[in-house]
Amino acid sequence: MRQGEPLISDRLKAVLILIPSIIAIAIFVYGFIAWTGYTSLTNASLAVGSGEYVGMDNYVDLFTGLRHERFRTDLVNTFFFTALFIGLCLSVGLLLAMLLDQHIKGESFFRTIYLFPMALSFVVTGVVWRWLYHPVQGLNALPTLIGQPPGEFRWFISQDRWFVFNWQDLGGYISAFIFIIDIVLVAALVYWNRRGGRLPGFIVAVMLLLSTWALLEGPQQLTALRRPETHGFNLAIIAVVIAAGWQMSGYTMAMYLAGLRGIPEDLREAARVDGASEWGVYRLVVLPLLQPITLSAMIILGHISLKIFDLVYALGGGDNPYIDMPGVNMFFTTFRGNALGRGAAIAMILLIMVALVIVPYLRTSLRSEHEL
Amino acid sequence: MKFYKLFGMMVLVLLAVTAVAVSAQDEAAGDLEIFSWWTGGGEAAGLDALIARFSELYPDVNIINSAVAGGSGVNARAVLATRVQAGDPPDSFQVHAGSALLNLYGADRMEPLNFLYEESGWMDQFPEGLLDLISSDGNIYSVPANIHRSNVMWYVPGNLEEWGVTVPETWDEFINETCPTLQEAGIVPLSVGQTWTQMHLWENVALAGLGVDGYNGLWDGTTAWDSPEVMQVFETYGQILDCTNDDRDALDWQPPAQMVVEGTAAFNVMGDWAAGYFLTDLELEPGVGFGWTTPPGTDGVFIMLSDTFGLPIGAPNRDAAVAWLKFLGSPEAQDIFNPIKGSLPANTTAAIDDSELYNAYFQDAYEDWTSNTIVGSLAHEAVGAGEFQNGFSEIIAQFSAEHDVETATIVAAELAADTLVTD
Repeated sequence: MRQGEPLISDRLKAVLILIPSIIAIAIFVYGFIAWTGYTSLTNASLAVGSGEYVGMDNYVDLFTGLRHERFRTDLVNTFFFTALFIGLCLSVGLLLAMLLDQHIKGESFFRTIYLFPMALSFVVTGVVWRWLYHPVQGLNALPTLIGQPPGEFRWFISQDRWFVFNWQDLGGYISAFIFIIDIVLVAALVYWNRRGGRLPGFIVAVMLLLSTWALLEGPQQLTALRRPETHGFNLAIIAVVIAAGWQMSGYTMAMYLAGLRGIPEDLREAARVDGASEWGVYRLVVLPLLQPITLSAMIILGHISLKIFDLVYALGGGDNPYIDMPGVNMFFTTFRGNALGRGAAIAMILLIMVALVIVPYLRTSLRSEHEL
Repeated sequence: MKFYKLFGMMVLVLLAVTAVAVSAQDEAAGDLEIFSWWTGGGEAAGLDALIARFSELYPDVNIINSAVAGGSGVNARAVLATRVQAGDPPDSFQVHAGSALLNLYGADRMEPLNFLYEESGWMDQFPEGLLDLISSDGNIYSVPANIHRSNVMWYVPGNLEEWGVTVPETWDEFINETCPTLQEAGIVPLSVGQTWTQMHLWENVALAGLGVDGYNGLWDGTTAWDSPEVMQVFETYGQILDCTNDDRDALDWQPPAQMVVEGTAAFNVMGDWAAGYFLTDLELEPGVGFGWTTPPGTDGVFIMLSDTFGLPIGAPNRDAAVAWLKFLGSPEAQDIFNPIKGSLPANTTAAIDDSELYNAYFQDAYEDWTSNTIVGSLAHEAVGAGEFQNGFSEIIAQFSAEHDVETATIVAAELAADTLVTD
């Protein structure tokens, strides 16, 4: 018994110490999420106070109401922004890290220089790039310094669109995409079965859910607008991608650099002894070992890009639909439009999007901690 | 000994005098929180001057100036909305006259101020049209600090002569004659900035196209948003946009105004806070450095907006807030604040004739204010504030690129049906 006693009091202590933070998180994180979730089911506004229960109306409105083109534009913008932003940060970050990894002179100097933009607030970045992007006096004037005609691209006020599509058709595209993934997965399943492999259970579960949704024409209902509405890749997004990438590439570089330093020199030596070229060392040894870093970086950059608000607000002033993101729309819907209920609905959709990125990551990282 | 007695008596007398002086001042004391979005330029300077004078009158009141910067008031209103919802309002806050005050706050949140108006004799001192915009069911809910005009078109007289154009009488004349002439000369015919300034331009075009009754009908449901008349307004507005600078979405209101005085643009439609900008920041002479007129088709009408302050229910220091409002509405306060901010006094007993205080532009505008038909501004929340205005910003922003009249009017009609309070 005497051996057990310290254990029990240890546990008690641990529980006692944890309780305040558990209560605080339960109220201030999960409690408020639940509250926002409830508000999103009401027509609450500043004028009518807490409002009446209206079910899923706010969500249906956002996806299929004529008045809410801005929200749909936001979704499309977020999709392209996230893809380009992650791509830019990863490639620039990796390149810088590889260059710094050559044990050059003044490495710490360059490392600090590249990391510096991260010390700034997105608001500052937004204001600075707003000046740089001025269509006449900004970056566009650079070519004139060497006698070339000024740049023509209008940066964040560009109104050009590529890959134009009709929102009404989007549901069909989504269904088609889900079915194609299904076919690919089934093919992989058949192939792997022969070799004794298996598909992870949760992927199968997710695909079954998505397929049922597509079979029930869910995507078509989600995009059932009364009138055609064009969307596409707004070129103005490129301006936001560059500004955000300028700020976050240094951070990605730092992550990669830490990863590179974690790779034992013997492994590289062994590869060189085996006759690998310097490029071969990177391609066959270093990059595969950096995969976990890439995953972490993608998750971190992904949730930044989904939630982005300050950069877009400072850069475009808030009402520019060509660079608009859900976070900005949420702010204006809630506080200029006073539609607290619909603002909450946008917040919940944002939460779901971020969760889709974060939860699989938490799952894998928790599992690998268990394995350790 | 005698000396001490004398000294003691002096102290007693002093104390008594102070006590009388204090009791004469309604005994307002303690902290008084004034909430606004006046954080820069003439507005902040005007507010500071008001606070300085108020502190002389009420030395026991400690004013806390809670001004929130940015977003032409959007950020401030975000803070205010949260505080009012949470039952923690400031003692007095800035709110635009009209639907911003009545529909967003109104009877549930604000205390009627009729007692203050009656006791100060303001019923006859503030214009009736303005009182209508801050009253509902006979209750007056705020005290106006100033008046601004939305429908002003700025230009430089000398430049127009040089380019061989005159001020257009109608928008058709502007689109068909003025605009091509100027564009050929490489001059921007009309400068405009980002979305809210475009909405500002739109309300001026709408008033010209629909007339006073048609324009007012937009807000009470008698003018249909998808009617041919409104479609025609959007059609005209689209053609006008084609005559503007194409970097408009990158600019706030000052750069477009500056384009006019620098001679790269011919006209600019902006509220009369631009006069303050021309006079104070750019140091130009009225009538020479800049000239003004009403935008085409809005002669005889005054699109107004007014900053007012109200008394929220549950104000922590009601006595001091009432003293502040009483001071704010007085001619003295109006003459302190408005010449610095660059706006018209709302109280008709203010010294508008004093040309030391109010320059040529304001003398001119005041004449219109007292003689014209008055309508409320959409871009500045006198009409359609809140959800409608927010939704309409999106329509204007979309329209800037696509000029799709049909979509704009259909969406606007749906927006109006959902959000405009018709009473």
